[in-house]
Amino acid sequence: MTLIQRLKEPKEGSFAEVFKYKDLLVQLVTRDIKLKYRRSFLGYVWSILNPLLIMIIMAAVFSFLFRREIVYFPIYLLAGRSMFEFVNTAVSKSLNAITDNTSLLKKTYVSKFMFPLAKITAAMVDFVFSLGALILVMLFYSIKDGVMLFSPWNLGIVTVILQGYIFAMGLGFLLAQLHVFFRDIKYIYNAVSIMWMYCSAIFYDVGMLYEKAQEQIAQGAVPFAQYLAWIIERLNPMYIYIKEFRFFIWAPTAGDLPTWAVPDGWDILLGIVYALAMFVIGSFFFKRNQDKFILYV
Amino acid sequence: MEDKNTAPEYIIELNDVTVRYNKASEKIDNLKEYFVKLIRHELMYQEFLALKNIDLKIKRGEAWAIIGTNGSGKSTLLKVISRILKPYKGTLTVNGSIASLIELGAGIDQRLTARENIYMNGCLLGYTKKFIAERFDEIVEFAELEDFLDTPVKNFSSGMKSRLGFSVATMVKPDILIVDEVLSVGDVLFRKKCENKMSEMLNEGTTLLFVSHNMETVRKMCNKAIWLNNGVSVMQGDADKICTEYTNTVGEKKAKEKAERAKKEAALKKQAEELAAKRKNKS
Repeated sequence: MTLIQRLKEPKEGSFAEVFKYKDLLVQLVTRDIKLKYRRSFLGYVWSILNPLLIMIIMAAVFSFLFRREIVYFPIYLLAGRSMFEFVNTAVSKSLNAITDNTSLLKKTYVSKFMFPLAKITAAMVDFVFSLGALILVMLFYSIKDGVMLFSPWNLGIVTVILQGYIFAMGLGFLLAQLHVFFRDIKYIYNAVSIMWMYCSAIFYDVGMLYEKAQEQIAQGAVPFAQYLAWIIERLNPMYIYIKEFRFFIWAPTAGDLPTWAVPDGWDILLGIVYALAMFVIGSFFFKRNQDKFILYV
Repeated sequence: MEDKNTAPEYIIELNDVTVRYNKASEKIDNLKEYFVKLIRHELMYQEFLALKNIDLKIKRGEAWAIIGTNGSGKSTLLKVISRILKPYKGTLTVNGSIASLIELGAGIDQRLTARENIYMNGCLLGYTKKFIAERFDEIVEFAELEDFLDTPVKNFSSGMKSRLGFSVATMVKPDILIVDEVLSVGDVLFRKKCENKMSEMLNEGTTLLFVSHNMETVRKMCNKAIWLNNGVSVMQGDADKICTEYTNTVGEKKAKEKAERAKKEAALKKQAEELAAKRKNKS
């Protein structure tokens, strides 16, 4: 069977079935976005305003706490945080996707992949809206410093968003199905996501860890900072995506870049492998357990 | 399109279908309990078979009634046929589209408006947005909700909600219509309208699956019936015959129960009288 045939006539319960329900996906995503801002005075503006306000607070706090200068720190910070929030929101929302749509599941047969997928897609749409904040900040600095901070490189973020989307799908599917059977997953994820945030170099940079490692080596101690940097750079897919995202948004503004800021071949390879592997694992378990959902919701 | 000659003989075919539930006394839905039970080897599966080896073959255009006492597996059977529940054993083949009027309110999002709900539910049933847009006016007209299209459904009365549910569920003439109990909601006029629509569908060759406790309605609407008891198919066949058998058996059972209850009550009364007499003697 060719791929196109398989997409046209998907097996019941397979991921390919979502293509049959693409209109439902649009409905579910617009529902999420509409309901989020219904009855709020500023509506969609919050998608931009919210990250902007958080960025201002964080930028103020962290430029006070850390002596170290990062060029255009607000852009660096906002780029990293936006990417993290995209994947994090997508995953944490898709956790509840099955348990919140019980009434729909009991009504008719529908591809169950749709529910987490809709949450993840809504998170991506919201993320795209929030890029408006990034544009505003870049515009502000462009005018303030009289330099052009926008460049064609910026368009490269599409490749990163795609990787983040696929990765979030995998993790979202995996946790959404697990959450049906074990309701503690939500609390565990909430705690883990805090640790994940600190391990993703959002308000600091990995260069700091390398400097610390130099100090440790100079003192004759074990360079733990170096190990930590290796873990963050190689084992944390979120950091790879943040690094790539920053490379397209912040790096062109920063002039001469330190080596830690430029993605190498390993980053590109690992980023893609993590996304695809997560997707395969997540959809495998989701597919295997989906028939049992109705007995547990 | 398939023409009548090559179309399969049966529109719904169940072969040896068994549905299993986990009847564990306490539901394990957190990790701690899971591991505690795993270590103590208490993670036993208390199985409960809601349907046992059901064979059912339904031809195109037939009207089937599903009868049985509460908890006999009627709703489970409907859920299996609507593909909501997967059988644990056996196979199910359905050759056609299904409209289910099981829970009219289910699937309607309280926070959305009537308009948004129509699109949402249509898409949920697998139709495209364009297809729904073409039928939109018809649906609204049938539900009599022209003036409330942009009102959130949470502000609707229950009658309005079921009207919306009914017209969404029957937006297209389905091959199979599943109805659970009589539509007891809505006013007389709307009920009449629903009944008309249903008989219109039946006349056009829709296959009906109908659950009811009312034997008169069953006799009137259906020509075939399946009688379920504790998940087992007791009898299948002609609706009239099965209704009579069912009424007799259930009637007997009820009479027996009534006699037993009367006996118990009499015994209690006697006891109470004796007690009263004793008390009198003491004083």
